[in-house]
Amino acid sequence: MSVKDRDPLTGHQTTGHEWNGITELNTRVPRIVWFFIIVTHLWALIMWILLPTWPLVTTYTKGLLGFDQREVVKQDIVVANIARADWADRIATLPADDILKDPELMARVTGTAHQIFGDNCAGCHGTDAAGGPGFPSLIDTAWLWGGDTDTIMETLRVGINSNHPDTRFAQMSAFGRDGILPRDDIRLVVDYVQSLSGTAAPADRIATGGEIFANNCVACHGENGHGNTDLGAPNLTDAFWIYGGDDDAMFASIWGGRQGWMPAWEGRLSQTERKIITVYLQHLGQEALQ
Amino acid sequence: MMSNLTSPERARAMLITGAGVLIGLTMAVLGRNDPMGAHGWIVLLFCGVLFFIVADKLYDAEPVEDRSISYYDDPTKVGILLALFWAVVAMGMGVWVASQLAWPDLRFDAAWSSFGRIRPVHTSGVIFGFGGNALIATSYHIMQRTSRARMPDQVSPWFVLLGFNLFCVVAASGYLIGITQSKEYAEPEWYADLWLVIVWVVYFVLYIRTLARRNEPHIYVANWYYLSFILVVAILHIVNNLAVPASFTGAKSYSAFAGVQDAMVQWWYGHNAVAFFLTTGFLGMLYYFLPKRAGRPIYSYRLSILSFWGIVFFYIWVGSHHLHYTALPQWVQTLGVTFSVMLLVPSWASAGNALMTLNGAWHKVRDDATLRFMMVAAVFYGLSTFEGSFMAIRPVNALSHYTDWTVGHVHSGAMGWVAMITFGSIYALTPVLWRREAMYSWKAVEWHFWLALSGTVIYVFAMWNSGITQGLMWRTYTESGTLRFSFVDTLIAMHPYYIARAFGGLLFFAGACICFWNVVMTIRRVPHHASAIDYPTTSEAMEPAVPAAE
Repeated sequence: MSVKDRDPLTGHQTTGHEWNGITELNTRVPRIVWFFIIVTHLWALIMWILLPTWPLVTTYTKGLLGFDQREVVKQDIVVANIARADWADRIATLPADDILKDPELMARVTGTAHQIFGDNCAGCHGTDAAGGPGFPSLIDTAWLWGGDTDTIMETLRVGINSNHPDTRFAQMSAFGRDGILPRDDIRLVVDYVQSLSGTAAPADRIATGGEIFANNCVACHGENGHGNTDLGAPNLTDAFWIYGGDDDAMFASIWGGRQGWMPAWEGRLSQTERKIITVYLQHLGQEALQ
Repeated sequence: MMSNLTSPERARAMLITGAGVLIGLTMAVLGRNDPMGAHGWIVLLFCGVLFFIVADKLYDAEPVEDRSISYYDDPTKVGILLALFWAVVAMGMGVWVASQLAWPDLRFDAAWSSFGRIRPVHTSGVIFGFGGNALIATSYHIMQRTSRARMPDQVSPWFVLLGFNLFCVVAASGYLIGITQSKEYAEPEWYADLWLVIVWVVYFVLYIRTLARRNEPHIYVANWYYLSFILVVAILHIVNNLAVPASFTGAKSYSAFAGVQDAMVQWWYGHNAVAFFLTTGFLGMLYYFLPKRAGRPIYSYRLSILSFWGIVFFYIWVGSHHLHYTALPQWVQTLGVTFSVMLLVPSWASAGNALMTLNGAWHKVRDDATLRFMMVAAVFYGLSTFEGSFMAIRPVNALSHYTDWTVGHVHSGAMGWVAMITFGSIYALTPVLWRREAMYSWKAVEWHFWLALSGTVIYVFAMWNSGITQGLMWRTYTESGTLRFSFVDTLIAMHPYYIARAFGGLLFFAGACICFWNVVMTIRRVPHHASAIDYPTTSEAMEPAVPAAE
């Protein structure tokens, strides 16, 4: 079968073999293929000369350019930090109020905080920082631990119920599940607490609920229910509710207790980055008020 | 089909499936406190069903067919159907996975349906289930035809095909249960890996034995490619899966490699899975079915040699381009870049050889959707190899890495090249295999072609847009020298492209369903048609060949 036929279309000879009807032409490798083989190999050769490439026993060829990706990154970071140094230093040292009044610095803050907040905080508190069920809004006037600059900075640094040694710690007992209060008493307390923020309920229920409240809740939430930012106990007289302010949600909170959790950001975000977030939140809070 | 086995072969099949039942039972008992136990029951069920199929026919009459004057096609037929079954399942999973990215609620709050579990079902299902079965089935067909020799026995082809499918079932079910060793495209755990080694060695030996019986003086190009696929995949699989099981009663194992060595071995494997599973095997398919269908000689035998050795030699070096700008030493990265660029020429030489073969047959490409599938596959092969070499260059990779551009690149290869050549080959092979004149519906083949092509184009363009947008957003700085966008911003920007991608995938999936239907209807409805010569012969006179040894 080894007859080298000539293909009438191309005029090229076959190799003389045939496999189940398939034949092959013995066409020469086109010049352009050799050309590109030479070009790509030359390019590779040049790269090998210029860049670190071939392993030797204990080291490798370093290349004429002396290019080292680790050094490049180190230099890039130094340059980037120098470029940011002027305004970053001012944010780190100036009081928050001064920064808030400085439009040029605030442009830096809002521009930068969008990404830091978006990648670190928005997962729980939402991209607009307005929170959601179980996660407090950061743009209202209610702050569990206080809303001044130093307090927010500290909360960011150590977290709440986190694994940081200095963590803020707060826990609301499970009054129902742990058998401290019977179910009906909890319902009465719910009515009383709702009345603190102006919701109507029968007067006798409010009165009894108030007594139970005085015996069980004032240690943390205060006699008037105004809460205590030293303990992270929320104000119950305002309109802001982390876990919801309707009957069922409040019953669930008192019955099962609450212990929110926020990670510590020291070690993950720098002091300046935490300051930027703090000022950013104060700025968002001011905007929300207007 | 069992009645074509001789009685000693049936006895051997019973022995093997019986051993499988016992292994399954052992796994189920030993692993009863571990997810491995569930795999034991799956193995037991799989082998048990096969055991009863064989046992049922054990005492049937000996086969009457003269095996010296025919090829053994039963496993090929089953392999083609299995490939199509996996195509429908795994591409359907792909549509679901893509939809989850656009609409995350489609997880329906179950653990097994989370993205991280069903995504590998899609990838393994398509690569191994669809691609693997198609490779095994077509390799059986091609190695016999181009050697003019029947396979040496009738048990090992079944062992390879069904054993491989058992591996696929164990892999896919394991992902849903939560069993994975977290290596991309090598997720299955140690016992599944060991099993695949056995199956693969039998596959290699079967191929060599068939070639050894050949009545052709020369070995055709397609066989070089299939052999490189089988041999190198074995090496890659064994090295990357070297691991120590935490215990023999559980699924968990620990890799023999750690840190950056682990990453390097994984991507040496990962990229060569692309090279030797998704490229050379399918080039074997291309080298047989394209000239056969076009009725034209291969454009250049010399180009075949050049591109085969170029592809085989250069590919094995390039895995490190998956790890640019990481802890991997820079010299390894430079090697990866330069070999990726040198690889481009032999890759394009292959694509060019295929397209030049079509000279003199372009009117057939216009009229015949089957040949058009193969032509488009060669074009996408050229496009994605160019894109791959381009993306391997470090500064380009700085933009493309970790973005959807990579996903788009993979799918331009997987849909445009791998699936297109496979569907073309299936349409060419089905009538030959079942002795039919043509496919049941040529219109359905046309529909499939246009659905597949438009699906691929929509998918790839969506991912280019999405990936480049994503990459640019990640590196956008504010005037203050800080990052402009958060991660969520990029997700919002990518959302429309995610919807487009799911739609493109849906079109492609619809095409695969049509293909399955068309093949089944061809088998059931198209009348039998005496074929041209399709048996081993020794001479131009087409006398039947008596195999070298029986």
